[in-house]
Amino acid sequence: MIVELGHFCVVIACLLAFLQVVLPSIGLKQNNAQLMASASSLAYGVFVFTLLGFLALIHAFVTDDFSVGYVASHSNTRLPLQFKVSALWSAHEGSFLLWTLVMSIWTMMVARFSAPLTTDMRARVLICLAALGFGFYLFLLLTSNPFERALPFYPAEGADLNPLLQDFGLIVHPPLLYMGYVGLSVPFAFAIASLWGNTLDVSWARWSRPWTNLAWAFLTMGITLGSWWAYYELGWGGWWFWDAVENASFVPWLIATALIHSLAATEKRGVFKSWTVLLAIFGFSFSLLGAFLVRSGVLTSVHAFAVDPERGAAILMFLVPVIGGSLLLYGARAWDLRSRVTFKRSGRESFILGNNVLLTVSAAVVLLGTLYPLGYEALTGGDKISIGPPYFNAVFVPLMLALMALMILSHRSRWWATDRSLLTAGQGVFTAIAAVAAIGVSVVMGPIKLWIIGVAWLAFMILLNLGYELHRRVRLKSNPFSRLFNQPLAVYAMVLGHAGIAVTALGIVTTVMLSEEADLFMAPGDRAEVGAYDVQFYGTNNIEGPNYVADRGRVEVSRAGEIIATLFPEKRRYLASQSIMTEADIHVRSLGDIYVALGEPLENGAWAVRVHIKPLVRFIWFGGILIALGGVLSIFDRRYRAPVARSSRQAPPAPSREAVHG
Amino acid sequence: MRGRWVLAGCLFWVLSAPSLGAIEAQAFPDETIKARYYDLIATLRCPQCLNTNLAGSDAMIAQNLRATVLRLLVEGKSDAEVEQFMFERYGDFILYEPRWTAKTWLLWLGPLGLALVGLSVWWSMGASSRKTRHGLSESDRANLKQLMDR
Amino acid sequence: MAKQSVLIPAFVFAGIVVLLWFGFQLSDPHLLPSQKLNDPVPDFELPSLTAVGETLNAADLTGEISLLNVWATWCPSCIAEHGELTRIFETTGLRIIGVNYNDDSDAARAWLKRWGDPYAFHIVDEDGTLAIDLGVYGAPETFVVDAGGIIRYRHVGVVTQKVFEETFAPLIQNLKDAS
Repeated sequence: MIVELGHFCVVIACLLAFLQVVLPSIGLKQNNAQLMASASSLAYGVFVFTLLGFLALIHAFVTDDFSVGYVASHSNTRLPLQFKVSALWSAHEGSFLLWTLVMSIWTMMVARFSAPLTTDMRARVLICLAALGFGFYLFLLLTSNPFERALPFYPAEGADLNPLLQDFGLIVHPPLLYMGYVGLSVPFAFAIASLWGNTLDVSWARWSRPWTNLAWAFLTMGITLGSWWAYYELGWGGWWFWDAVENASFVPWLIATALIHSLAATEKRGVFKSWTVLLAIFGFSFSLLGAFLVRSGVLTSVHAFAVDPERGAAILMFLVPVIGGSLLLYGARAWDLRSRVTFKRSGRESFILGNNVLLTVSAAVVLLGTLYPLGYEALTGGDKISIGPPYFNAVFVPLMLALMALMILSHRSRWWATDRSLLTAGQGVFTAIAAVAAIGVSVVMGPIKLWIIGVAWLAFMILLNLGYELHRRVRLKSNPFSRLFNQPLAVYAMVLGHAGIAVTALGIVTTVMLSEEADLFMAPGDRAEVGAYDVQFYGTNNIEGPNYVADRGRVEVSRAGEIIATLFPEKRRYLASQSIMTEADIHVRSLGDIYVALGEPLENGAWAVRVHIKPLVRFIWFGGILIALGGVLSIFDRRYRAPVARSSRQAPPAPSREAVHG
Repeated sequence: MRGRWVLAGCLFWVLSAPSLGAIEAQAFPDETIKARYYDLIATLRCPQCLNTNLAGSDAMIAQNLRATVLRLLVEGKSDAEVEQFMFERYGDFILYEPRWTAKTWLLWLGPLGLALVGLSVWWSMGASSRKTRHGLSESDRANLKQLMDR
Repeated sequence: MAKQSVLIPAFVFAGIVVLLWFGFQLSDPHLLPSQKLNDPVPDFELPSLTAVGETLNAADLTGEISLLNVWATWCPSCIAEHGELTRIFETTGLRIIGVNYNDDSDAARAWLKRWGDPYAFHIVDEDGTLAIDLGVYGAPETFVVDAGGIIRYRHVGVVTQKVFEETFAPLIQNLKDAS
């Protein structure tokens, strides 16, 4: 009964979203403010009913209602409670329900925080969001209904959640990622609403910025967590494979990163207007394209899905009007947005343009590599080609190095033009310090590698220049200390974001160059050497988990005779599905991880044991967290508080040469 | 077949039960061969799996191919010869690094072309004109004024 | 820059849509095209499963058109396919040669005892070397080899009656007509 009510609630949410499109549209036509305002109240209604539907499905999972087909195939009575809840979004139908819930949350937030917008702009933005939501509800209800009952014959026990997904990662990764994916619909809606209403001015950019930054921060966090999860859960020690599904999340991230920078330039200086609008459209279009492509099964990915031509057709029916329509609207209006504002090659605009060019090219390159096999197969009549990490690394890394090099100078740039002396002051000393530090890192971490020295040098140059810029801002005031804490939050946000990039880059290059890997044949009592470490295996014993049994090994790791860790990797057999899982154990140290996983049992209690040494691998995700924090921090900058209060307190947003982008 | 990269992008997992653990103890004659072996099995794709390299799959065929890679290396074959061996049997699909052919030049030159276009855009837009310093058009000013006055 | 340049993104997107449309029509991503079409069966020197002590080589595959079927006892769909292979042999008299792939020979002989043996003979490919030379990546797989020992077709997955009648039979007829 509750499931039917839940289903019904989602139907109501769908109808409300439809009204949320129609009523304010009539309001716009008749210039009826009341009808226009209905968009916001309806946003709350849509959210409430989606939430009720979502809760109903959670209830079905928690109470093991296996008469619901979706629950039966993804849950089990013995599944721990937290995984019963998160099993909801472990497959297509339920995760799409989560997608619609996230959409309703963003729409509601826009309704809540957009009161200062003009009535018709607000109505237009909400109409755009509601129209997207309506499309999502239709897709959910018509092609992917998770509430469907498998009556009259339903199983007494569920098939269980894939053991790989019985993990903390499943609880947090999808919701965060979806907040990012779907959050990009907000700048998209702002852009479309402005094109539609012909009101594309700098205030549009100002309004879009906090939303974009927030969505981007979620996306950053989602991707970071996904990478970390894959690393510890999958027993192979990798953290990125350029799989089509990973790329589907990475392309929108690259575009959104370009967008947050380009929005800054548009807001401050009125430049790149049409380009920024295009990026806003691209950002959400790629997140749609990626998310839907994955669901159609058209891209070969380990996130396997049977190719379902019907679903594929439904997806195209959604994508073509949304993306195609937006791009045509753009085509009709963008020409008039050309700005006559100029800047010099040394100006901050120029740096932001460089950033945008590099990020957009990177996104295009990743997209090219991801879609190429599809085109190859279509054009050759069935030949298959694989495009994997060697290709992506070869084309992507140079672009990122160029981006880092650009970032070094960008912190010192000023709007319109920058004095040469400002860009170069102290760089000689910095170059020397960064070089010494980079060589130091390489020496400390192990055998000298030129790649590490090079990337570490770039990373340290970024950090030094960030410090220089912060110091310059501080020393202008008589009381440096209070000044340090009185900078606009946007400054700290930028510092965090860019420092995060430096940290991640350092982690990536060190892990890639210096990781050690060994698959060892070990009988109980055997010792082996891996890199600078000694590994001793003490055999396994049997343990019982809530829904699995396992062999648990004991492995002692020592360095120079001193024991530094005892690790307990497990080989689990989950009872419901009888599937075997490798549960690696990881010892985390500041300079790197020691990662141990059990392979196959061999004769006489011996096992194949995999040991990885992963120097600085944590830096990759730590950097990601810094970047995301920067994004979150930026939205609390006082410039984004209610403009009513702002206009009384602050000068009009004339272009300021001091303001930072971020 | 196994779901190696189950997550990261999104959440559409392999529903077939994963059986992890392409972990096997191989005996290597020397360190160079060991390093080359690991490099090769990382860049060759398991032909049966959806998107996993030989290193990450415990499919029967992946096990056989890993053993084959090691055998060929021990026999003294070069990396290129091993790749050619695999290509002759499994085609382009098995190579994660696409070969340079009439059908892949766009793949390799495309990024270069895009980068050049990007560079020229960047170069052409850094104008030398200094007519307008302030970024607000007349309509922007009017809109702003209207906003302020509200 | 021409005024039409703002429409470039829409055109690019239209291209992607066409690509996806083709993508949705494509066959199973699991199917790989064979690299060995029109090549002779690679040379091998492997024992026979049923005639213990005998060795077989590529020359044993020549002389008449045959189906070369890769099977194993660990492959459940091979059982499903077995009935159809038996039917093919009984109705057409086509020579069917087994490649017992990555398997235990005793188990394989027991399997044949249980399910019957329509094969002319079986090649024991315990380490999968012949299979790799053939570009096999799973079981079952079935090759059509002509009288000269040249590989003419490869089918991945179970040969059903439908598959046999729609693809194999016409192909074999063509080969017969040509010789």
